Amino acid sequence: MPLASSQAPALAGTWCRLHPLSPVARTVISLGVVVAAGLTSLSGQQSSSGQTVYMVAIAAAAVLVVAAAVVSWLVTRWRVVGDELQIDTGLVYRQSLRFPLRRVQAVDVVAPLTARILGLAEVRVVSAGTGHRQHGRLAYLSNQDAAAVRAQLLALAHGLAAETPEPPARPLFRVDNGRLIAASLLRGAWLLVLVLVAVAAILAAVDPAGAGGAVRQGGSDAATSLISAVVTGIVALGLDAARSVNGDFDFTIGQAPDGLRLHRGLLQKRHETIPYGRIQAVRLIQPLLWRPFGWARVELDVARQPEARHQGEARQLAHLLAPVATLDQARWLVAQVAPGAPATLTRSGAPPRRAWFRAPLSYHYLSAWHDDRWLVTQTGRVRPATVIVPLEKVQSIRLSSGPLLRALHLANLRIDTAGRRWVAAALCRDADEATALVGQLGDLASRARRISW
Amino acid sequence: MQYRRPSPRLWLARQTVLGLTSLVLLAILGVSGGLLWGLPGGLGGIGASLVLTATSWFVERGRYRSWGYLERDADLVVRRGLLFHRLTVVPFGRMQFVDVTAGPVDRLFDLATVQLHTAASATDARIPGLRSTDAAQLRDRLATLGEARASGL
Repeated sequence: MPLASSQAPALAGTWCRLHPLSPVARTVISLGVVVAAGLTSLSGQQSSSGQTVYMVAIAAAAVLVVAAAVVSWLVTRWRVVGDELQIDTGLVYRQSLRFPLRRVQAVDVVAPLTARILGLAEVRVVSAGTGHRQHGRLAYLSNQDAAAVRAQLLALAHGLAAETPEPPARPLFRVDNGRLIAASLLRGAWLLVLVLVAVAAILAAVDPAGAGGAVRQGGSDAATSLISAVVTGIVALGLDAARSVNGDFDFTIGQAPDGLRLHRGLLQKRHETIPYGRIQAVRLIQPLLWRPFGWARVELDVARQPEARHQGEARQLAHLLAPVATLDQARWLVAQVAPGAPATLTRSGAPPRRAWFRAPLSYHYLSAWHDDRWLVTQTGRVRPATVIVPLEKVQSIRLSSGPLLRALHLANLRIDTAGRRWVAAALCRDADEATALVGQLGDLASRARRISW
Repeated sequence: MQYRRPSPRLWLARQTVLGLTSLVLLAILGVSGGLLWGLPGGLGGIGASLVLTATSWFVERGRYRSWGYLERDADLVVRRGLLFHRLTVVPFGRMQFVDVTAGPVDRLFDLATVQLHTAASATDARIPGLRSTDAAQLRDRLATLGEARASGL
């Protein structure tokens, strides 16, 4: 079967390979690691024969890495037939992946640094599934091809003709980079570091007063280990902040007729598209240290399984509406994706006063609200979170109550959606009200499914 | 509408398991008590195991009685829990698959557990202790209803 190397025919149903430079883009980093590790141990070798052996070993490892990438490129082919994306891959274990495009949850274009330098990008098709191999990955295509493929996959996912050009996106929101950096540095974990510093300071202050040498020895040991813990904590927090700044730099969000467009990234650029109607839940959170500044974070949930942890995918793929925004902006953004749903709740939806006995700390944040289309719940102690769920996405409704709640004649109501991250929880509602709500929400949800706005 | 309950055989199965465990417990506590503190120790061990057995018998009975399920027009309701009451409502259209399992004890008593799965992992709708024929019927009924009312994510 002839394999064309240009991408356009693949969209017309001809088997195609990925971009010829993709083995390069995929191996540059691992090759660098192999060579660097090899050279490090090489410099430790004294005898010339040992050095030769090492050189051969490094070369062999490098050749293996490159050969594996080239073979993987050779045996991988893909095409779009009808409304299905097909990927065949694997030399020893052949794998044939078929993605029905009507079930696509999101289409992402990701460009890591090495690929960006070569002008390549990866297209990632996300479907709702349980296995970690559920994502269709085309790594890599040239930038234009990636854009074309994304446009076509999205058109097909919406049941339009494949040739439909990608509709232009209307810019919706842009995150201020300065605020992003400030917000990334304001993590609650700093409080823990502060506590450790305070303990270390107290120990250091107490220590010189200690009379016996053994006591002094013990005291300074504790102080030293505390200081090293503090330093580790600061480094870890700094790395964490750097990672989130790198991931969310230049965050812009646009509104296109077919979905929301997200662009973000400093070193690695990501372009994500979330088709409308795939949003399972919206969440607005206000972390403790952001509240004095009136900042909030708005997240989206779609039906997808977090990928294997070692890739850090779950974190990278966290769909955001805004990594940080002022409360007014956050409310406005929520109104864009969930028209008619309030982003923050007033006390009119609060549980009865006696719920204070069950939740003394979070009582003043507990609240719930619903109309015939949305359910909004608010929970949290140090990090109040509002979860907004479209009723047509409700998967199941759970009512639970423990002994204390029953004594107070209260019950917890939880609403599950296919997004796997959050549950809308209306906590400590009056028991009768909660029972009535279960029936009411069930009916509303089944009506909402039939109407499907 | 009235909640339907698991088969009384489930209670029989639970009691059998409880009885066997309590016999083992009785032997262990009685013998070790007797070896350590003589006759009073042995009697104390036996008494403690009897108290434990009686308590768990009441707890198990409460749990068994708390199970119930209800097939309504558009959804399935499952309730359970003695101390912590739980009620789960799953619309038929949201079911991804139905799963019937039977462990060794279940098979001995001709019982099976029907579990519903939705796209949300938090959904916890499980009906234990159905006669295996009832379980198969329920499974088929749920599968048909789920297909008829299926809706996309």
